[in-house]
Amino acid sequence: MIETSQIIPLFVAIPLGGAFLTSLISKKADWLADLLGIITTLAMFILSLVAVRLVYIYDILMYEMGSWKLPIGIVMVMDGLTSFMLVTVNLVALLVACYSISYMKKFTAKWSFYTLFLLMVAGMNGVIVTGDLFNLFVFLEIAAVASYALVAFGTEKHELEAAFKYAVMGSVGSLFILLGIAILYAHTSTLNMADMGNILREKGASNITILVSVLFLMGFGFKSALVPFHAWLPDAHPSAPAPISAMLSGVLIKSLGIYALCRVVFNIMGVTPAISNILMFLGALSMVIGVFLAIGQWDFKRLLAYHSISQIGYVILGIGIGTPLGILGGLFHLFNHSIFKSLLFLNSGAVEYSTGTRDLKEMGGLSSKMPVTGSTSFIASMSIAGIPPFNGFWSKLIIIIAAVEAGHYWYAFWAVLASILTLASFTKVMKYAFLGKLGEKWNQIREVPGFMQVSMLLLALICLVGGLLVLPTISNIFLQKASDSLLQGLDYATTILNGM
Amino acid sequence: MIPYLLCLILFCEGLYCVLRKKNLIKIIVGIMIMDYAVNLFFILIAYKINGRAPILSPDTDIMNMVDPLPHALVLTSIVIGLATTALLIAIAIRIYQKYGTFDITKIKELKG
Repeated sequence: MIETSQIIPLFVAIPLGGAFLTSLISKKADWLADLLGIITTLAMFILSLVAVRLVYIYDILMYEMGSWKLPIGIVMVMDGLTSFMLVTVNLVALLVACYSISYMKKFTAKWSFYTLFLLMVAGMNGVIVTGDLFNLFVFLEIAAVASYALVAFGTEKHELEAAFKYAVMGSVGSLFILLGIAILYAHTSTLNMADMGNILREKGASNITILVSVLFLMGFGFKSALVPFHAWLPDAHPSAPAPISAMLSGVLIKSLGIYALCRVVFNIMGVTPAISNILMFLGALSMVIGVFLAIGQWDFKRLLAYHSISQIGYVILGIGIGTPLGILGGLFHLFNHSIFKSLLFLNSGAVEYSTGTRDLKEMGGLSSKMPVTGSTSFIASMSIAGIPPFNGFWSKLIIIIAAVEAGHYWYAFWAVLASILTLASFTKVMKYAFLGKLGEKWNQIREVPGFMQVSMLLLALICLVGGLLVLPTISNIFLQKASDSLLQGLDYATTILNGM
Repeated sequence: MIPYLLCLILFCEGLYCVLRKKNLIKIIVGIMIMDYAVNLFFILIAYKINGRAPILSPDTDIMNMVDPLPHALVLTSIVIGLATTALLIAIAIRIYQKYGTFDITKIKELKG
């Protein structure tokens, strides 16, 4: 067990090392930056698959930083939820790195793009593997600062404006999280998550835990763009370069927002009916408001950004229901959303790469000139709208069934309504952008380069077969383990403290 | 109790500054004030009345020492605050080059 747990710090060390090497040696040679980006993310993806296998064998793995013993030193923990999130993050990161090889040619300073990109991946992996609350904050800030810089990467008027707004709101959110951590430390005099959960359970509920829950809900709500805190997302995500939009919408808001929120709420504070109701309400609110705002948009990427808010609502609703089926559905939708939303953002990037516009009114009939982009975007649109053979259908179905089973009929109704409106809005995208008559000025356009096609095709393939994850034999390895780690609730502390 | 209340007032002052001010630089200053308020809060929860510095030495007894851990956390938090502030100021300078103003009511091209 000691040997196998050595794998955990690699999830932070490899991308950090990759970022360092990229900035050091590839300033003059763009191909070196591409190569380092691909090798690093590929290594991360393979390691995360190994992690799934290890969790299947050992259930839980721990690594003590600098060999300090458990409640004192920083530990890194790998359980079902961790390995699940690692696969999601690193899969998207690998395909996005592959896509960026061609896409980022139109920007200068490719090496600084890869440096920031790998730093962001390191921060996200760090948030996911850490078992220490302050350490979580540090990694969260690494990922967040890298993402502020990446949103501003184009350094044009709109990018800078969006990046400033994002950075200000993100910093305020981070400070709420830090304040929550300070109060929790004063209350429990420990920073280790497991130890903290144990002490909080012994002390019982008090006003302090309520205050801290509110602070965390606000802080992580900012990071995951739940509805009252969503104002930065529709500006920031479209302004970033397309691969970064895919990373931000696909995985950043989930690993910094939803994962951290779930870990804190379920495994440290303990979930109470009040928190569960708040999560369900915020989820349903995001779901409906996001989709209503999305329907009226004519900017392709802005429309997708509003749909991110709406789909995050589904995930939070599923997790907030709190039954085993609801949590399973929420996590499954988290995985599916990271796949199809990354694919849609990559599609929008491909359209922008070929035609130079994001305005849906100017497009039309692009499918005939760009068959790969057209067909993959059709698959992704059907997935996000919840049409049967694709993965989005299964996760939405599970969430709706869970809501009905738990007796929340209204929430189930809103989920169905939001799904129908999503279908309407993506019908609009398909009609205006890809189907219909080809515009005069698009006669000269061509399909995007090979690397971009490869990553889009792979993501579309995952959309197509993603529904299989819910089959019992596969779900026992992957999804079930993840939802079990949330369901065990406060027993997380006992498992970890006894595991040594 | 009073230091805690003053610390809370400092935090709220920073938040007010972020929410209400129209100038980019003033917003950045507001974030810095909030940052310092949280750092100050960390120092306050570590403090004990008549506490001494947490330095171990073999011949003295260490009865009443302040908690050293938040001091370490504050150092980390200051560095993170520095990185965020530097990035924000860099973006603000670029915005000034493009728009020629720091007034956020004039920098409003993104909407909808």
